[in-house]
Amino acid sequence: MAEKITNKSVLFNPFSRNNPVVVQILGICSVLAVTAKLEPALVMGISVIAVLAFSNVVISLLRNTIPTNIRIIVQLVVVAGLVVIVDQLLKAFAYEVSLQLSVFIGLIITNCILMGRLEAFAMANKPWPSFLDGVGNGAGYAIILIIVGFFRELLGSGTLLGYQVIPQWCYDHGYVNNGLMILPPMALITVACIIWVHRSINKDLQED
Amino acid sequence: MKALRTYLDKIKPKFEEGGKLHAFRSVFDGFETFLFTPRTTSTSGVHIHDSNDSKRTMIIVVLALIPCLLFGMYNAGYQHWLAIGDTSFPFWSMLLYGFLAILPTIVVSYAVGLGIEFVVAQWRGEEIQEGFLVTGMLIPLICPIDTPIWMIAVATAFAVIFAKEVFGGTGYNIFNVALVARAFLFFAYPAKMSGDKVFVAHDTIFGLGGQSIAADGVTGATPLGQIATHVGDTAPVVNDLAGNAISTWDAFIGLIPGSFGETSTLCILIGAAILLFTGVANWRVILSVFVGGAAMASLSYALQSPTYPASMINPIDQLMLGGFAFAAVFMATDPVTGARTHTGQYIYGFLIGVLAILIRVYNTGYPEGAMLAILLMNAFAPLIDYCVVQSNIRRRMRRVNVKK
Repeated sequence: MAEKITNKSVLFNPFSRNNPVVVQILGICSVLAVTAKLEPALVMGISVIAVLAFSNVVISLLRNTIPTNIRIIVQLVVVAGLVVIVDQLLKAFAYEVSLQLSVFIGLIITNCILMGRLEAFAMANKPWPSFLDGVGNGAGYAIILIIVGFFRELLGSGTLLGYQVIPQWCYDHGYVNNGLMILPPMALITVACIIWVHRSINKDLQED
Repeated sequence: MKALRTYLDKIKPKFEEGGKLHAFRSVFDGFETFLFTPRTTSTSGVHIHDSNDSKRTMIIVVLALIPCLLFGMYNAGYQHWLAIGDTSFPFWSMLLYGFLAILPTIVVSYAVGLGIEFVVAQWRGEEIQEGFLVTGMLIPLICPIDTPIWMIAVATAFAVIFAKEVFGGTGYNIFNVALVARAFLFFAYPAKMSGDKVFVAHDTIFGLGGQSIAADGVTGATPLGQIATHVGDTAPVVNDLAGNAISTWDAFIGLIPGSFGETSTLCILIGAAILLFTGVANWRVILSVFVGGAAMASLSYALQSPTYPASMINPIDQLMLGGFAFAAVFMATDPVTGARTHTGQYIYGFLIGVLAILIRVYNTGYPEGAMLAILLMNAFAPLIDYCVVQSNIRRRMRRVNVKK
């Protein structure tokens, strides 16, 4: 990208123009897995923001002392440590949600967005821009997670954050929740629709 | 006819470039070519013109579906009269009842599907494509009679947009659109697509019919639905709504509960005859689907076990029951989504037959497997074609090398 790297662009670019999910198509697996309901999607989004921001900062601080040939291992150790902390915090304070998220908090370690940002940004930039980059990319990921989770919970269960949104009146008149929305294929199609809308707005992102 | 032609010629300028209704040119175009043979001719080169264009092909398939549709109406009425315990079976009332029961579904299926096609054609500035003529008729025929109309609308919209238009419209879809609609309904609203309530219409329509009586041990489940829930070492016996056993002959004629248009093997065979006689459908696919189905059914019959109740029905019944025959004749033969090479068509059809029975027998969660088998093979059809073409090329290359 030709534009100058400023703190502002580092923070806000991943929201839309360089969104990790709908533009770089990273982290799709967890988007499919945790978005059946809005609440786990929200928690997952916050967890990824936290892990990504702090691992970016830590790696950025260490960037001049990490030997190049073992940098991936060092990055993994840092991410793994942060993920364990997040996992334990969730188990302590949000046990129900951590049950729903099950293995996927642990699998943040393997989320391509993390390794991608550490390699591409934190290894070459100062801690403060790295922190902003982590927050920005994490938020870009969380936004997509929340949009997908919103539609999947609304259409699949008729609820939002566990509260009944679609009134009983509709069910009495024959409305039925769409069971396919709960299944992963519909998450993929929802992401595809978001990409469709996003590319229609940002015409310069369209591939030939 | 003449008056219609004159009228169309009169309003035509309005739809041409600069006319008031230019925005609706594709709609006008669609209707004009629907009513009359297009007058446009090619402007360069030599073309062989065949009147067997895609519109005619589609219309022939719709005609071939008419026996199934008529029988479906009769059967819907018949099942309802069985359910209300009235044994008079007035022929015309039953037919009319079935007609009124299915009419809204057909109207909604066509209105939603064609509506989306019109909008997309308008948006892309293309002509309206006629692919939906068949799909719109297939969707009501492969759904249970009691499917709520709004579900048909949602499923049709989903299938047309996500299975067809995003791939580029008629002729470019990977999956059979009608089956995608059916699969959408099956996975999104399972309660409305299986069980013993949905396959028989229960309400009175304009005073026709009556309230159904719920007698003990009487079920409105399809034969395959009953077999799937059968427990015990004996071969499963399936009953109709009055509690009588369903014989192979009943299954062949089609007076059994099931999705609207696919119960009668006889009517499907009439449709198949029309399709084969006019050369619209491919006999290789139909034949190999039945051969594959028979092979797998024989195998499972030979290895029958009480764990899989469907393995205890004999191969003839396997081919008669459920949507197998309908899928073989009207779904597998879809020229867009199927294999195109001759060898490929044998492989494609055979695997559909095998998979349909395999899913039906060994996956007790799905009483019928024809839909899933065809959708799966749709995905593999291009690969089969690729392999056939490549092996052909290799064989010929070897011949060339030998001669050298």
